Amino acid sequence: MTSPLITALPTAARKLDPRLMWRNPVMFIVEIGAALTTVIAITEPLLGAPAGAGRPLAPSFTIGIAAWLWITVVFANLAEAVAEGRGKAQAASLRATRTSTPATRVIDYDETADATAERARVVEVSSADLTLGDVVIVVAGQVIPGDGDVVSGIASVDESAITGESAPVIREFGGDRSAVTGGTRVLSDRIVVRITSKPGETFVDRMIRLVEGAARQKTPNEIALNILLASLSIVFVIVVLTINPMAGYAGREVSIPVLIALLVCLIPTTIGALLSAIGIAGMDRLVQRNVLAMSGRAVEAAGDVTTLLLDKTGTITYGNRRATAFLPVGDAEDTELARVARLASLADPTPEGSSIVTLAEEQGQHEPPARGAIVVPFTAQTRMSGVDLADGTQLRKGAASMVSAWVAETGGIAPEQSRHLDEIVTRVSEAGGTPLVVAVRDAGGDARVLGVIQLKDVVKDGLVERFAELRAMGIRTVMITGDNPLTARAIAAEAGVDDFLAEATPEDKLALIRAEQSGGNLVAMTGDGTNDAPALAQADVGVAMNTGTSAAKEAGNMVDLDSDPTKLIDIVRIGKQLLITRGALTTFSIANDVAKYFAIIPAMFAAAFPGLAVLNVMALHSSASAILSAIIFNALVIVALIPLALRGVRYRPVSASRILSRNLLIYGLGGIIAPFIGIKLIDLIVSLIPGF
Amino acid sequence: MSARRGSARQAWVALRALLLMTVALGIVFPLAITAIAQLAFPAQANGSLVRSDGRVVGSALIEQSFTTAKGVALPQWFQSRPSAAGAGYDGRASGGSNAGPESHSLLTAIAARRAAIEKSDGVTADRIPADALTASASGLDPDISPAYALLQVPRVAAARGLSESAVRALVESRIQGRELGYLGEPVVNVLELNIALAALK
Amino acid sequence: MGAQLWLFAAQLGTVILVLAVAYRPLGDYMAFAYASPRHLRVERGFYRLIGVDPSSEQSWPAYVRAVLAFSTAGIVLLYALQRVQELLPWSLGLGPVNEALAFNTAVSFVTNTNWQSYSPEATLGFTVQFAGLAVQNFLSAAVGIAVAVALVRAFAARHSSTIGNFWVDVTRGTLRILLPLAAIAAVLLVAGGVVQNLDGFHTVTTLSGATQEIPGGPVASQEAIKIVGTNGGGYFNANSAHPFENPLPWTSMLQIILMLVIPFALPRTFGRLVNDNRQGYAIAAVMATFFVVSSTVMTLLELGGSGSAPRLAGAALEGKELRFGIVGSTLYGTSSTLTSTGAVNSMHDSYTALGGGMAMINMMLGEVAPGGVGSGLYGMLVIAVIAVFIAGLMVGRTPEYLGKKIRAREMTLASLYILTTPALVLAGTALSFAIPGVQADVTGTSIANPGLHGFSEVLYAFTSAANNNGSAFAGLTANTPWLNTALGVAMMLGRFLPIVFVLALAGSLAQQDPVPVTAGTLPTHRVQFGGLLIGTVVLVSALTYFPALALGPLAEGLLHS
Repeated sequence: MTSPLITALPTAARKLDPRLMWRNPVMFIVEIGAALTTVIAITEPLLGAPAGAGRPLAPSFTIGIAAWLWITVVFANLAEAVAEGRGKAQAASLRATRTSTPATRVIDYDETADATAERARVVEVSSADLTLGDVVIVVAGQVIPGDGDVVSGIASVDESAITGESAPVIREFGGDRSAVTGGTRVLSDRIVVRITSKPGETFVDRMIRLVEGAARQKTPNEIALNILLASLSIVFVIVVLTINPMAGYAGREVSIPVLIALLVCLIPTTIGALLSAIGIAGMDRLVQRNVLAMSGRAVEAAGDVTTLLLDKTGTITYGNRRATAFLPVGDAEDTELARVARLASLADPTPEGSSIVTLAEEQGQHEPPARGAIVVPFTAQTRMSGVDLADGTQLRKGAASMVSAWVAETGGIAPEQSRHLDEIVTRVSEAGGTPLVVAVRDAGGDARVLGVIQLKDVVKDGLVERFAELRAMGIRTVMITGDNPLTARAIAAEAGVDDFLAEATPEDKLALIRAEQSGGNLVAMTGDGTNDAPALAQADVGVAMNTGTSAAKEAGNMVDLDSDPTKLIDIVRIGKQLLITRGALTTFSIANDVAKYFAIIPAMFAAAFPGLAVLNVMALHSSASAILSAIIFNALVIVALIPLALRGVRYRPVSASRILSRNLLIYGLGGIIAPFIGIKLIDLIVSLIPGF
Repeated sequence: MSARRGSARQAWVALRALLLMTVALGIVFPLAITAIAQLAFPAQANGSLVRSDGRVVGSALIEQSFTTAKGVALPQWFQSRPSAAGAGYDGRASGGSNAGPESHSLLTAIAARRAAIEKSDGVTADRIPADALTASASGLDPDISPAYALLQVPRVAAARGLSESAVRALVESRIQGRELGYLGEPVVNVLELNIALAALK
Repeated sequence: MGAQLWLFAAQLGTVILVLAVAYRPLGDYMAFAYASPRHLRVERGFYRLIGVDPSSEQSWPAYVRAVLAFSTAGIVLLYALQRVQELLPWSLGLGPVNEALAFNTAVSFVTNTNWQSYSPEATLGFTVQFAGLAVQNFLSAAVGIAVAVALVRAFAARHSSTIGNFWVDVTRGTLRILLPLAAIAAVLLVAGGVVQNLDGFHTVTTLSGATQEIPGGPVASQEAIKIVGTNGGGYFNANSAHPFENPLPWTSMLQIILMLVIPFALPRTFGRLVNDNRQGYAIAAVMATFFVVSSTVMTLLELGGSGSAPRLAGAALEGKELRFGIVGSTLYGTSSTLTSTGAVNSMHDSYTALGGGMAMINMMLGEVAPGGVGSGLYGMLVIAVIAVFIAGLMVGRTPEYLGKKIRAREMTLASLYILTTPALVLAGTALSFAIPGVQADVTGTSIANPGLHGFSEVLYAFTSAANNNGSAFAGLTANTPWLNTALGVAMMLGRFLPIVFVLALAGSLAQQDPVPVTAGTLPTHRVQFGGLLIGTVVLVSALTYFPALALGPLAEGLLHS
């Protein structure tokens, strides 16, 4: 912690410029006070203490106050500078990717006749000269010169400069993996890219601005909080301005430095100093999790989210259905079913096929593939696949209706068996699985059904707990899936989501978001495809996957560089943490005032009104040391809380009531008690200084 | 409708509403209450006046002085609390002294009242109850504490040539306990006590 | 002291019991009175005569215009009545009231403050009292409740551009709530001995042969609404200490209950109108907590009787009526200063320094516990908005209260609301001592008790005026051009600025669609939130007024305790 503080010092000092300070009214008041006290500290020895200032205080007192007021302002700037500094490092590495690279621009690209641009004329230009709509060719080893969409070809791309992930990713024409980012490197193959960003507005440019905090705008809650802080400051300015006329009635006016000290102690400097650092650090925490928020507003909205739309595939389940059981029909043997299922799937390249093989092998089937077998591939028409062995035996697996029909061609099924099969198929479907019926026809013989392979979506580990957490936080989860309602219901129940949308089309998704929003809910979702773009734009928090299309990335207000849909939960957490940190430090700051009053009011008036000496509950050494100690505490507490501001208050997903109780106890009650102890300790040290 | 036209219309509505309300609340209501009060509770509505020897001598609710014109206590009457209403006991100028707890004039006044009672009633300072030394809020407090009334018994009896026990018995019969046992304080109404006293032979 | 504490506990218990019994029926009745779609026949006639359509609703700016138009008309009429007093019937031969005093008094009664710079017996005849002051006692109270109801409606509304109809609200408040209560109260008070006649003073020869003037007048009818409407302006100078305003311990208890009954039942009305009675209980419980703690502290301080004069006399009985005793006085004083009534049955100026300070603190809390009729509820709801904001952040959500989000606009209005009164109190007090000519006048003419107590008198005056309370450290001679004007301005701004902010807040809340309640929503009906609300009220006022209190009651009280 120490070294970032020291490296940030020069920046902190530069921020003392009043034109910059003006943006933070609370600290601006402190700076004015510091300047005023400095002037008084300089002129006082020359002009003598002002008349009617009560008991004269030592000149070293005014100097001490002035010094600590400046330190207070610097500390506040330091907090911001440190927060910004963390982003700067990231920005520097990003900037390295932005240096201009040569680009091969296609002249008069013709996407119908020459999509691969093999025959087109090209010209070498600098990446900086590319504009929206240009088409470039990038081959293995080259750096992609700008953000764009792949219009032809497929390539593996190293995006580690942006994502920090070293494994290359595939970028290809069509589908949802067509977006490429300027500054990333093509590792293999050749792609044609249409540039989709203007110069200076590329994704990397935006990232740099975001992490540096240059594009930072105050968020709605921050504005509201600033209003509260400003009005509290105004109240305290009035309080302090009216003290001398009132005390003047008894002829006990207070000197200006003492009044300034009181004012600075009362206005909410702690939160005022840390407010912008908290915001920057919140964004930074997202960046550290490889999420880029396009605005602070989006981060705040994440904390408010009440409905989370989660795609089933990839988010809730592992993405591919897997075989989880062999269910024999009638008198068929388990082992035979497993054996046939395996043999029928050995040549099946799909993940489902290999999961069948794996399951069968787990059950002890290791028969080598038969020689001379002919693979019967899956087609949309037959909806079956399998192999025809050299001996004429035909093995098939596929949709129940199709396989049944195939069996019926030669012989058919006994009614009892048929009923049993239907029963199993229905059971599997209702449990959210997909039934694959396995049948065999021996050479020249009749076909018969062996049983059913149960394919199931496998829900990711730990999700049930996470959804329970979300529920405790007051967030409803809705699973979006293309499955039929039966399957969807079963998976929804297994994963523990609150609701589901089955057979969802992009339009359904959009309609659902609108419906939720009209009920006052704030909706968060993830998406990657171009057809997700309207929903991403409509959602209050739309997280686009970095692997997705540029349309999706444009529409969302966050981009997840890891393309991990479960990240949404982290994002919500960070959003909440950001608000909690602000609220907690505001409470702390205001609660601190109680002790400061007990330090300063007796120091101001006890000499004039002996009755008030009983308010000196901390038994502070002298008036001068009491006031200076309060000011020093006020300054030090800012530095002490910088780590908390950057890290964020601890957040646990429990009910609002429990969070509030905990934070009230720590930051409310703690905020009342801590300064009593702190000021007393500082006073013990200050009282050792001669003159205090 | 523009804001200005709206305001002008509102002002006109406001005026009519106010005048109608004034008739209802400012004229009809008080007159109706007066009628009810005069019919149902004429004695209270007209000031709870009390008579002695056939003439009205004041209101049971309003404290009066039993002093000479110069304010010297008449020993034959039970004395009321000190009054800060006008020049004292002024029915046209109700009010307290409004002297603060550190007020010099109040400290002086308390000391003087105490000295006077010590002298007139021959008691030590610690026996004098606070109500005898302090002015009430209205300056028209009709009551004194039983302690203060009993303290005055020997003086009044002596001044009237009555037996102390008869006067004491009179006072004791006039002590009103707390309403419902817990509202207010036990008090003695001075005017009614003195009327009864005058009738005591 | 032990016996006195039992008495206090019993009396406080009585108050709480009666309020608790009245809470549901009265609160429900008021909710019904404002929410009912039906108009009484007399109301329909009234709307026709004043030319409004009772079924049309107003946007918040229109509502504000109506409030201001009605109140301005009230001030003008009341000012005019005082200025032409000698021309009016039943004026007891009293002349016109001077400009500054007439202004102050007109503002005072229209703003529900009822600060009295004058001595009524010597200044105002019957006509001004009942056709002017008593009318405003009704109307200012009805305006207060109307504004509160408009705010409550806004919380309950979904996506609405209107917040109700002021003319309907003020008419119903007057005719359906205040008038019946006042009529019952008036008859009860007459039964207890409050006078109600049209006679002037009549002179009697006292038992000892002196002469005394016994006052008369339509006191009970005015006293009733003075208390029910939390107005507090006395028919007599001694206010409710006067035996003709408050003759007996039980009438005093009745007045305490009547002061508190509407303000304490309004949270129920609130709960009913927002369809969540628990919200009402929470607000009422917070108010009750303040009431219990504050009355206990003040009673202990007065029974303790610190300070030179109470010690010398043996008890803090200066300025207190014996029939009420100390306990009956402090309970009344607490009720009056916590409700913005400002009626007194004892003279707060003569309280012990800290006891009198407690009366000041009660007002400095912002008149929200339970506060004046209507104004207490809307004040408490605004502070709840602030509390919700900080608490809402601390649970990690954009803060919301009853499903309405507290964003920049709501926060601005709530902040302005809490800023107004302290600014008026502190600026008014400071200016009284800062402007050279004024300072001489204030210290020379106005202050009755020089020194620290004198400062308290001025601080009390501005606290009372800006918070629309109306009670006083009555030693202060306030009938001076500066104080009449400055306090008049403080009362006016202290009443109407907050009302404008509240109605603007209502407008912006009404427009919102409520956010659904989830486990992530901060519950605002639990003990936890109640505690937070108490903390916010205390902290906001303590931080604002601590230096001023230190220079007055604390300096005086701690020195002599």
